[in-house]
Amino acid sequence: MAETVDGKKEEADYKRLHSFPLIRHTDMPEEMRVETMELCVTACEKFATNNENAARMIKESMDKKFGSSWHVVIGEGFGFEVTHEVKNLLYMFFGGSLAVCVWKCS
Amino acid sequence: MPVPQKHATVKTAQEFNTRAQSKAPLAKGVKVIGRKKDDDDRIDTGEEEWMQGKTLVKPPDQLDLTEAELKEEFTRILTANNPHAPQNIVRYNFKESCYKPISSVDQMAVHFVLEGNLVHKDSHEARRQVAKQGVTEDMIVEDVVAEEEKPETPVTGQLEGGEDTAEGEDGGGEERPDSVDIRAGKKEQKLTNQFNFSERASQTLNNPPRERSCQTKPPPRAHFSATANQWEIYDFYVEELQRQEKNKEKQKTQPSKKEEDKIKKKIITVETQSDDITKITKVSKIIEHMVNQNTFDDVAQDFRYFEDASDEFREQEGTLLPLWKFHYDKAKRLSVTSLCWNQKHKDFFAVGLGSYDFTKQGRGMLLFNTLKNPTYPEFIFTTLSTVMCVAIHENLSYLVAVGFYDGCVAVYNLKEHSDQPAYMSTAKTGKHTDPVWQVKWQKDDLDSNHNFFSVSSDGRVVSWTLVKNELVFTDIINLSLDSTACGTAFDFHKQIDYLFLVGTLDGKIHKCSKSYSSQFLETYDAHNMAVDAVRWNHFHPNVFISCSSDWKVKIWDHTITTPMFTFDLNAAVGDVVWAPYSSTVFAAVTNDGKVHVFDLSFNKFEALCQQAVVAKKTKLSHVEFNPVHPILIVGDDRGCVTSLKLSPNLRKKPKEKKGQELPKGPEVEIDKMEKLLSLLRESGSNQA
Repeated sequence: MAETVDGKKEEADYKRLHSFPLIRHTDMPEEMRVETMELCVTACEKFATNNENAARMIKESMDKKFGSSWHVVIGEGFGFEVTHEVKNLLYMFFGGSLAVCVWKCS
Repeated sequence: MPVPQKHATVKTAQEFNTRAQSKAPLAKGVKVIGRKKDDDDRIDTGEEEWMQGKTLVKPPDQLDLTEAELKEEFTRILTANNPHAPQNIVRYNFKESCYKPISSVDQMAVHFVLEGNLVHKDSHEARRQVAKQGVTEDMIVEDVVAEEEKPETPVTGQLEGGEDTAEGEDGGGEERPDSVDIRAGKKEQKLTNQFNFSERASQTLNNPPRERSCQTKPPPRAHFSATANQWEIYDFYVEELQRQEKNKEKQKTQPSKKEEDKIKKKIITVETQSDDITKITKVSKIIEHMVNQNTFDDVAQDFRYFEDASDEFREQEGTLLPLWKFHYDKAKRLSVTSLCWNQKHKDFFAVGLGSYDFTKQGRGMLLFNTLKNPTYPEFIFTTLSTVMCVAIHENLSYLVAVGFYDGCVAVYNLKEHSDQPAYMSTAKTGKHTDPVWQVKWQKDDLDSNHNFFSVSSDGRVVSWTLVKNELVFTDIINLSLDSTACGTAFDFHKQIDYLFLVGTLDGKIHKCSKSYSSQFLETYDAHNMAVDAVRWNHFHPNVFISCSSDWKVKIWDHTITTPMFTFDLNAAVGDVVWAPYSSTVFAAVTNDGKVHVFDLSFNKFEALCQQAVVAKKTKLSHVEFNPVHPILIVGDDRGCVTSLKLSPNLRKKPKEKKGQELPKGPEVEIDKMEKLLSLLRESGSNQA
C-alpha cells in the first residue's frame, strides 16, 4: 500500500517537475525560438484536452508570423522523419507527456 | 363571272406571244381570242392612229354575233378585292370544336417584290455604315463613335467594355444626334478636300523585346527524425534536471573561486581552439607538402633523376646543380651557424642561425627544415642568444642539442610541442663562459642516460648528461694549459670512442682522449689562424681533415704530424666535410661563396668542382652532405640554406676491370685512401 502511495506521489511529483517546456532539438535563431516556444506553451495550455485545436492554433499563428507553410504535430507517442527548411525546426516537450514538433516546409 | 374575266385578262398578257402556237387551251384560247378582240377593239378605238398598219385577222372559231349583240354593253366593276383570294375560308375552331368561316380574308396580293439596297439615313444600319466610313476619315470622331458603337451593338461581346464605358454611354447617347451631324458635316468637308487629303504615317523604332529570367535557389532543407515516446520524454526531463542541478552547484562554488575559473575558462578555450586545429594538422601538412611538390615539381624531378649528361665529356670535372633554397623571413639578417642532418629521417635537417659578429649579438633561431617543404620550416624556435651549433641525436631524432653564444647549452625535445627547451644549462649548472662552438651526441652512458659533449672558447670540453629532468655536467678537459688555447672545433673518432680532436683558436689541433683530462695525446700545428672545422674520415681510421680561415684545407694522418695534403682555396674556408659515400671525396665552402668538391682518387691537387652557388658578397659558412641522397646543403650568412645536387662525376667510384667482382663496403674506401697515402709516403720518402 505504501509503495503504491509512494508510486503515485512520484508520478505526481515527476509530472509537476517535468512539466516545464523543454526544447529537445532546434536550429532556429534565438528570437524565433523563444517566440515559438511561448506560442506552443500557450496553445497547449489553452487546448489542454484537444491537441488538434492546439496544433491548428500554432500552425495558423506561425503562418501569419513567419510565412507559409508550417506544419505542427502534437502528441504523446509518435515517430517522424521530416524535411524542413534549414533554421525552421523546433522539437520540444511540454507538460511531462506532450511532444510538439513544429517545422516549416513549403 | 368577272373572275374568269380577270383571270383571262391576266393570262392574255402572258399568252400574248404564244397565241398562234398553243393548241391545248383551245377553249380558253377561244375565250381569250374573243375577249382579246374586245380588248383590241377598245385599244383600237383609243389608239387607232398608231395601230393603222395592223389588219384584223379573224380566226375561224370566232363567235359570230349580230350587231345588236355586239353593241350590247357590259358593265364591269373594278374592285380592290384580290380575285385570287378565297372568299370563304373556313377554319376549325377548337373552342367550339366545329368548323367556322373566317369573317375577313386578307385581300392583299403581292404582284412584284424587288429587294432594294437603299437605307434610310436615320436608320440603325445607315448610322453604322456612316460610322465605319467616319473612322477612316476622321480620328476625332472615332472616340465618340466608339462610345456609340457599344450601346448600338450590345450582343456582340461588347459587354466587357460596357462596364468601362457605362459612364461614357450616357454622354454618348446625348451626343449621338450631334455627332451624326458633325460626322456628316466633316464627311462633306472631306469629300470636298479628297484630292488634297494625304495620309502620312510613320513608325518609331521599337526596341526588340528581350526575355530575361532568373531562378532563385530554394531555401536549403534538412531532414530530421525522432520518436516521441513517454519514456523518451521522461529520460530527457531527468537529464535536464540533472544538468540544472550541476549548474546550480557550479554557481554556488563560483563566487569563491572566480580567478581559477577564469583561468580554467582560458585553458578550455585554448584547448578547444587547439582541438580544432590539431584535427587538421596532419592533413594540412600533407597538403602543404603536396602543394610544394607541385610548385617545385621540376626541382623535385631534378633531385631524383637528373644526372648531368655533360659529365661524360668532362673527365675530371663535375658540377653542382642548385635545387631548393630554404629561407625563413624572420631569419634574413641572421647567418647560418650550423647545419645538421637527421640520421633517421633523411630529408630532415636542422639549421642554427645567429650572428658570428661579437657586436651584433641578438636573438638566435633554430629551424628544422625538410626537403618536402622548401617554403617553410617545420619547427621554429627562437632563442635569446645566437645558436652556435646543433646536433641531432643519431637514434632519437627528436633530441636536439644546441650550444649558444652565451655559453649555455640546451636540449630540445621535438616531441613536446613547446617553445622552450626541455633542458637548459644555467650559470649554476656549469655553462660555459664563452661561446659553445660544437656539441656532439655520444652513446648512452652506463646508466643509459643520453649525453653529449660541448666544446667552447673558454677552454673547457664538457660532457653533459641528461639525468631525469636535469643536465649534469662533467668537465672532461680543460685546455687552459695554454692561455691562448680555446677550442673552436672538435670531432670524435668514429670507431675509437675515447679519441677526439680539438681545433683551437690559434690554429693548433690537439688529439685528446676522454680518459685524460689534462694532457693531449698529440698536437698538430695545423694552421696560422683559427681552426674552423676538424673532421675524421668516415672510413679510414687514421685520416682527418681540417680547415681554417687562413685559406687552407689540410688532410692528416693522425700518426704523422705533418699534413698529407694541403689545399689553398684562395679564400677563408668556412667549413669542410667528408662525403659519407666515399673516403676520398670532401667538400669545402669558402667566404667568396664557392663550394669546392675534391675527389682525391681522381685529382690530388685540384678540385673537381669549384662553383659559386650564392650571390656575391655572401659568405658560405657551413656545408653538410646528406647521408643518403647525393646532395649537399650549404648555409650562408644571409640566413639561407641552399641545396645542391652532385653531378655523377663527383660521386664516381673508380672503374674496376671487367671480370673482377666489385668489392663493396667500407674496406674499398679504406683501401683507396691507403693507396693514396702510401703513394705520398713513398714520394715523401723519395724526396727526403
